[in-house]
Amino acid sequence: MASNSFANIMELSGTDWLNAELSTGTTIMAAEYDGGVVIGSDSRTTTGAYIANRVTDKLTRVTDYIYCCRSGSAADTQAITDIVSYHLDFQKVEMNEEPLVETAAKIFQELIYNYRSSFTASIIVAGWDRRKGGQVYCVPLGGMCVREKVSIGGSGSSYIFGFVDSNYEENMDKEKCIKFVAKAISLAIDRDGSSGGVVRIGVIDGKSTQIERRIIQEEQFKLL
Amino acid sequence: MSSIGTGYDLSASQFSPDGRVFQVEYAQKAVENSGTAVALRGKDGVVFAVEKLVTSKLYEPGTNKRIFTIDKHVGMAVAGLIADARQLAETARSEAATYRSQYGNQIPLKYLNDRVSMYIHAYTLYSAVRPFGSSLILGTYDKNDGSEMYMIDPSGISYGYFGCAIGKAKQAAKTEIEKLKLADMTCSELIKEAARIIYLVHDELKDKYFELELSWVGKHTNGIHEKVPPHVQEEVEKSAKAALEEESDSDEDI
Repeated sequence: MASNSFANIMELSGTDWLNAELSTGTTIMAAEYDGGVVIGSDSRTTTGAYIANRVTDKLTRVTDYIYCCRSGSAADTQAITDIVSYHLDFQKVEMNEEPLVETAAKIFQELIYNYRSSFTASIIVAGWDRRKGGQVYCVPLGGMCVREKVSIGGSGSSYIFGFVDSNYEENMDKEKCIKFVAKAISLAIDRDGSSGGVVRIGVIDGKSTQIERRIIQEEQFKLL
Repeated sequence: MSSIGTGYDLSASQFSPDGRVFQVEYAQKAVENSGTAVALRGKDGVVFAVEKLVTSKLYEPGTNKRIFTIDKHVGMAVAGLIADARQLAETARSEAATYRSQYGNQIPLKYLNDRVSMYIHAYTLYSAVRPFGSSLILGTYDKNDGSEMYMIDPSGISYGYFGCAIGKAKQAAKTEIEKLKLADMTCSELIKEAARIIYLVHDELKDKYFELELSWVGKHTNGIHEKVPPHVQEEVEKSAKAALEEESDSDEDI
């Protein structure tokens, strides 16, 4: 077929990234600690083998106290996040109080489940609310939703399951948790070809409407 | 009210020259014809008590209940036209269920109250419908938010309350409620008072038989709205009757 041979030419000539889907072959992570949650991610966005963005921000605001870590198709996850954000903004006005993290996770789940055959979206929802404090919910491909103390996702996560399982502790203090998340992501970046750039960290503790952000560059990885 | 409404009371969508909507006021009258319902909100929950008038001895006991469970955590007591109240209970239930399925947790009472109020109010705006002939009391308890209670009347207006009474003897019941220190009381104390108030305001001459319906939602029920257990019902009714005896005895002394 004509279109098929065109695609072949594209692939052979090394220009397949021109029409490949922009996707975040990624490492993302979130962990509960003593007073909130730490979220983290790498910063690489790829189009096939091409790095479309090496300083991507995959830690995306949903509300002031709820963020999500996006992996999968960049377009899908951005669109989903925008929709969830709209729903929660609306709910916040209607209820006159900050939406719950559980509610955010539920709306993500509903969208990802209903469009499971069209979306490529796997999201970690993390945030803080006054009922249950810091929480992490994992909403993977098919539209499951489960609360976890620590959650990892994206292609890079395969390399760090062992590290995360053996090093996560409950009720760590903030700095220890940040170090744990940063270390995990830096390890994934080292091994995973689709993860790279810098480590981005965010801390949500309900004390401020602005999350605390940190960036760790590659030359600092060995110090972690 | 008598006959001032002449000509201006035929539709819920028409004001009278002095700014009243008579159909809504008539609906409020319908509420005042029904047996009394009281609800008390204490520090650890809300209790409901309803004087369900029984107009014939031939009825099965326990029919036409006037306390409803809207969701696991929300109770509702009604006064007025029971059939209208049932429709409102269904509306409230579907509102609560929709919230649960969309947002994954239980509906906040404030929001449920807003939604049901809006629904009731919509029925005061059109000529093709009549307003609901019932008032509702909604109550809940949550370990984070504590106890909450709202009353909605046929106009669709609602307020938050610590203690409220609707129906026939609402005035007498309110006078009794005002004597209580509601904010310091627990459900086990409140249920006694609620039962006592219903027995006290019941008019034996006009309405011979009644059933006392009791329910609560609080810390002790784990935030779940339920009928009080039979042994509590029995004990509370006994003490209510005893309190009445005492009161009538002391009356005679004077």
